[in-house]
Amino acid sequence: MTLQRGETLLVTLGIPVVLLIFFTLVPVLPTGTRHRVDFLAPGILALAVMSTAMVSLGIATAFERSYGVLKRLGATPLGRPVLLTAKIVSVILVEITQVVVLVGVALALGWRPHASAGLAVIAVLLATVAFAGVGLAMAGALRAEVTLAVANGVYVILLLIGGVIFPLHELGGLARFARLLPTAALSDALHATLGSGSNATEGWVVLALWAVAAPVVAAVTFKWE
Amino acid sequence: MPAVEVDRLVVRYGNLVAVDGLSFDADPGEVVALLGPNGAGKTTTVETLEGFRRADGGSVRVLDLDPWSDHTRLTARVGVLLQRGGIYPIMNTERAVRLFAAYYENPLPADELIDLVGLRSVARTPYKRLSGGEQQRLALALAIIGRPRVVFLDEPTAGVDPAGRIAVRNIVAGLRNDGVCVIITSHELDEVQRLADRVVIIDHGRVVAAGRQGEIQGGSEELRFAAQPGLETGELSVRLGTHVSEGPPGEYLIPVPPVPALVAELTAWLAEHDLQLGDLRAGRQRLEDVFLRLTAPVVDEPTDEVSALAPSSSKQQGRGGTARR
Repeated sequence: MTLQRGETLLVTLGIPVVLLIFFTLVPVLPTGTRHRVDFLAPGILALAVMSTAMVSLGIATAFERSYGVLKRLGATPLGRPVLLTAKIVSVILVEITQVVVLVGVALALGWRPHASAGLAVIAVLLATVAFAGVGLAMAGALRAEVTLAVANGVYVILLLIGGVIFPLHELGGLARFARLLPTAALSDALHATLGSGSNATEGWVVLALWAVAAPVVAAVTFKWE
Repeated sequence: MPAVEVDRLVVRYGNLVAVDGLSFDADPGEVVALLGPNGAGKTTTVETLEGFRRADGGSVRVLDLDPWSDHTRLTARVGVLLQRGGIYPIMNTERAVRLFAAYYENPLPADELIDLVGLRSVARTPYKRLSGGEQQRLALALAIIGRPRVVFLDEPTAGVDPAGRIAVRNIVAGLRNDGVCVIITSHELDEVQRLADRVVIIDHGRVVAAGRQGEIQGGSEELRFAAQPGLETGELSVRLGTHVSEGPPGEYLIPVPPVPALVAELTAWLAEHDLQLGDLRAGRQRLEDVFLRLTAPVVDEPTDEVSALAPSSSKQQGRGGTARR
């Protein structure tokens, strides 16, 4: 189901791929790395995770709630735990697709990661939990149309201040705030593990906190109908 | 043992009491309709039976299990038709049927089911492009796909075209033959008269009448007459030894069997007061009359309505009860 919707495909794959190619080829960004793609690839991966786990999952779930699908499924032997598991699996499958495509494109653009892939995977999983929590918290409390608007709005804002295309140190005073958000934390962690090898302790801590807090909030506030 | 038991159920939304001490039960192979105006508490009752809501008071049992705490044990044996929605708008009929079939251990064959509800010609049509009646028939198919022992149909014929109504009737009849317990909610009297073995009339979260259709009506033999508006019903009530009420102005109801002595006494009283009789009708009321009278907004004669309809609501409602006056 997930990849059948055109808009889902656009937000999870189309936008990240286009951003990656465009900003790699067009020198308008102050990336601060020798090759622009070295900065962009980890950031765009962070964006991709956010688009799947928060935007796509949140919006889909919100509409399922408003269509009564969640309620109806709750009356079948499928049950809520299985439903939740299915959603997690589908998010992870989409993310794997994204990683394969984006890493492929980035490599083709000349990206040479100093890979610490294991740590990067852990960062992505932590972030997935955090973003899924945020997305489900929205989906479970807001009307579907509101979730659609908020999720997309947050997506754009975090795209700008999440260390995805603009390095955080270019943001000035905003950077302090931005670093508390999960996108910046993830892009920090990915930049550190895949690129510079720099220290991203703060990013890891922020990521872990979001990964705990967001699902708890979602679980407490979620209304099934 | 009844398949469904509701015993003094209370459900509240905040301060609003949606269901207020409701009791009824239903046996396997029995079709019971919950009939009542919008907001009477029908859907709330059914959703409690489906395990979507928790009872605030009293108890509900489905197949001798608690629908709230034993929800996961019941889902395989209970079929549900929600009042609306429940299906992905872009999913077509056939996929929806196959998807739901996958949730059950021993589902009805998908193709057979699609034919049964008459959706073969729209098997590839997305849910959102089906007509209201087709959507309802698909939802009905999904309600019975898992060979349930109890089926809850919330307004199954609302917005359904005549062909769809016949399909619903046939399916319900089939379920009854298979020994399935079917609970239907409706505010449509005609459908209820066609579908249900027993009727439970609900208003303001309470049972106002319950029984087999014949019982409800048969227990409500009455005498109606028309005369000039504003008669002294109090005086007449004393004279006849029963309660006389004026419904619409100029129309009077004496809710007891119209034995000849009663008719004689009534006409004598009218003669003494030199009142002309406009109309005199004796006999059973139609279910519609029962329904409208029992659930009518209390406007004209509030005290009369209440005392006439609900002398002791908690005692008489529930199992095997007949209509009350």
